[in-house]
Amino acid sequence: MTQDAKHLEMTLETQVESVNLAEEMCLRVAEAAGFGEDDCYRIGMSVREGVINAFHYGNEERPEKKIHLALDLTSEKMIIHVLDEGKGFDLGRVPDPLAQENLLSTSGRGIFLMRAFMDEFQVVPGRTGGAEIIMSKRLPRSGNPGTNGKTGQGAAPKKEA
Amino acid sequence: MALRATYREAAGVTVVDIGGRITLGEGSALLRKTVRELLEEQRTSILLNLADVDYIDSSGIGELVSAYTGVKNRGGNLKLLHLTKKVHDLLQLTKLFTVFEVYSDEGIALRSYR
Repeated sequence: MTQDAKHLEMTLETQVESVNLAEEMCLRVAEAAGFGEDDCYRIGMSVREGVINAFHYGNEERPEKKIHLALDLTSEKMIIHVLDEGKGFDLGRVPDPLAQENLLSTSGRGIFLMRAFMDEFQVVPGRTGGAEIIMSKRLPRSGNPGTNGKTGQGAAPKKEA
Repeated sequence: MALRATYREAAGVTVVDIGGRITLGEGSALLRKTVRELLEEQRTSILLNLADVDYIDSSGIGELVSAYTGVKNRGGNLKLLHLTKKVHDLLQLTKLFTVFEVYSDEGIALRSYR
């Protein structure tokens, strides 16, 4: 981490309102860091999906559990951590939402969207025993051509880091 | 912005004008409630006008799919009208363009139900 690195963290309640709160906080940081409108949309959506995942699947909507959100802003990228207090999960066992048999599923697209919208994405065992999503987006000024002005249709899901 | 939904009849089709964000919580719940009410009134030709919907998350996508299958299971048809760019791109990314019938002209959309 460089001298310019910044770190923010917050503990969120397991409730629907936490999704908007997390999105708003991350959007403020992303805008201040210089991300354009399209990248902010992608970051905001990914944070929403990460927190929804923690709220619904990780913590199973149990109010006594917490969601831990952390942001690291380095000279190169914005890194987002979303940690739940669930049992963890195996990313390899998450069904492909683009498979024909899953197209009409009413859930299961959050991981796909985070992979599509962020530059790096992985899920690791967290210190709480739950799952920790770690995802990042390169800053526009660090040589990343950026995705502003491009449509989501060209965004292929990224491999795990 | 909270979701809002009103509906009107046009050429035998119920056009639902929706505005705001279809996201986890109230947005998804309102869409679910609206479609459920329409089905209870035996309205099974439904056109969702999403012209003023600028944001949908995975919960909102799930709700759209649920509405689509719910109407289909009742022998009806649910189609989409006037997608904003973000919603268009999201449906394309998730391959739901291959599921939904999507229109950019209301007249053509209404005629497609005949």
